[in-house]
Amino acid sequence: MSDLVTNPYRTSLRSAADWGLVAIALPALAALALPLGVQNGAVLGWFGGSMAPLFLIGVVLAVVAGASAPKRVWGAWAELAGVALAWLLPLHLLNEGLDLSAGWGLWLFLVAATLLLWRVMGVLAGMPGWTRSVVVPGLFGLGLLVGWEVLVRGFQVPAILLPPPSRIAAALAANAPVLWDDFRQTVLTSVLRGYVMGCGAGFMVAILADRVPFLARGLLPLGNLASAIPVVGIAPIMVMWFGFDWQSKAAVIVVMTFFPMLINTLAGLGNSERIQLDLMRSYAAGYGRTLVKLRLPNALPFLFNGLKINSTLALIGAIVAEFFGTPVVGMGFRISTEVARMNLDIVWATIAVAALTGSGFYGALAVLERVTTAWHPSMRQR
Amino acid sequence: MTFPNPLDVREATASRQGSDRAASSAKSSVVVEARKLSLVYPTADKPVTALSEVDLTIARGDFVSLIGPSGCGKTTLLRVIADLERPTSGHIVIEGMTPEQARLKRLYGYVFQAPALYPWRTVERNVMLPLEIMGIARAERQARAREQLERVGLSGFERKFPWQLSGGMQQRVSIARALALQPDLLLMDEPFGALDEITRDHLNLHLTQLWRATGKTCVFVTHSIAEAVFLSTRIVVMSPRPGRILDVIDCDSLPRERKLEIRESPEFAAIAHRVREGLKEGHSYDD
Repeated sequence: MSDLVTNPYRTSLRSAADWGLVAIALPALAALALPLGVQNGAVLGWFGGSMAPLFLIGVVLAVVAGASAPKRVWGAWAELAGVALAWLLPLHLLNEGLDLSAGWGLWLFLVAATLLLWRVMGVLAGMPGWTRSVVVPGLFGLGLLVGWEVLVRGFQVPAILLPPPSRIAAALAANAPVLWDDFRQTVLTSVLRGYVMGCGAGFMVAILADRVPFLARGLLPLGNLASAIPVVGIAPIMVMWFGFDWQSKAAVIVVMTFFPMLINTLAGLGNSERIQLDLMRSYAAGYGRTLVKLRLPNALPFLFNGLKINSTLALIGAIVAEFFGTPVVGMGFRISTEVARMNLDIVWATIAVAALTGSGFYGALAVLERVTTAWHPSMRQR
Repeated sequence: MTFPNPLDVREATASRQGSDRAASSAKSSVVVEARKLSLVYPTADKPVTALSEVDLTIARGDFVSLIGPSGCGKTTLLRVIADLERPTSGHIVIEGMTPEQARLKRLYGYVFQAPALYPWRTVERNVMLPLEIMGIARAERQARAREQLERVGLSGFERKFPWQLSGGMQQRVSIARALALQPDLLLMDEPFGALDEITRDHLNLHLTQLWRATGKTCVFVTHSIAEAVFLSTRIVVMSPRPGRILDVIDCDSLPRERKLEIRESPEFAAIAHRVREGLKEGHSYDD
């Protein structure tokens, strides 16, 4: 009765049962009737002598604990433990030497576990602070990696096509000194120097072009032209001009990053409102003062846009340019030679390094942007 | 057309004919003097005359309102005084100087239609902006900014960002910023045009108290008759196409100290009536 008063829209059915959980439990129950996998030529069921029932009991306990938790969030954490246990089961079975490719019972069970994870994420994404901004994306990424690992190993995908993440991690660890040398050559030497030169030149030419209108008129069409030049066309020419070492990579990066920076800076400098400029004029502020105190702060969101676009362009440019000649070190060199030798683990490890570097670079710029342009409408109150 | 006060007629005619009287008397008492001021904008089809042969004299300590419908050149006239626009013909003198010299000497403070605060600066640093440009030392800058913020009733908001303040508060910050320059001449272009009437009444009261306390010369652009009569010692009625002055009305019949109650007085009604008549005249000419 009191429940009806506080929440008149609640129906008795809804309060009686958690239908979402029931919808997840049904495929999980059905899965128990189907096989887990094949061991030594014999089909193995759920209760055929493996450790599977122990995992099953753990999952059920976690879900029951979750459903009866006094707070929905605590329940979500308990259910998350259940999801983790469910996904550990195929990894355990693989280590036991089972062939899972025909284990439809297991796969159906994992589908139910994924639905449970969906439910958990829905609750966690509604939480404030770190849970939403760090834990949820972290769990998402981890889920993708575990899914990749289990599917690739479970269905025995050849490693030459797609190795599981564990194998890529092993290759990373085994080849760490080589990969570090590649990283130093490509990222710390070529990319950073080329990036600073390209963005710096783009920025300074934009300041000049803003002062001298004919420069802007002449340069902007060239910008469209330059952005249409393929890297694979410009890279061999730069290698011929500047040699095998970092200078040719930096030159490719300068060509790729100069115009995005120029165009974004020019757009940013034109972003100040008339009324703000009039204000500076009424203070008898000259060109330099107006630039530093008004126009550059106003241009910051545009500058960061250019810097972020260029961070990924620079890495791509350096790696592709290394295909056309390099000292025997560098990420592009590593990829091109190890592909030829069919050492795809190292290729994947290099790709992982490049991906982490690229997102780290971008992420650092995004953090810097958030700090320096917290005032901008797109950044406020986050 | 009847004028309630013969004194006003004399003054208006004198202003219209070019204020030689004011110019010949005491030079230092005249802050702004414009003669036969015209400004023509070239546009694609035909040139637009924003100001046509405007004569105007503004005395020290006056609160002058420029009122008229949109397109009558009231903002343009203010921008010419501020050297944000250049007239195509005629003369204008600010404190014995050209507008450009006056601007370079930072003789005026300008309050725009919008607050025009810089969102990346705190309230206090916004008020300090003109002082930074003038090269005033940090401690002095801060002291002056605090003083002006207190004057507009915004003590305690120094560390806030403009977008955390209401529209009325933002406009008060922009007034504090103009006052921080310590100018003798305050130019205001419809500063309260975007605000609701309650906030506007409040800020009008604030402004008139500020004006009396500081003794500054104010030029105030508005399209509200009540606001113009309430604030001004003189009202300049303007008319569009081409922008020109129709009438200059003295508000001597109102006390120098303005309280919101004076809006109920017959003197207030009489002046408001005359302003309305003047605006009507401008429109009938147009139709």
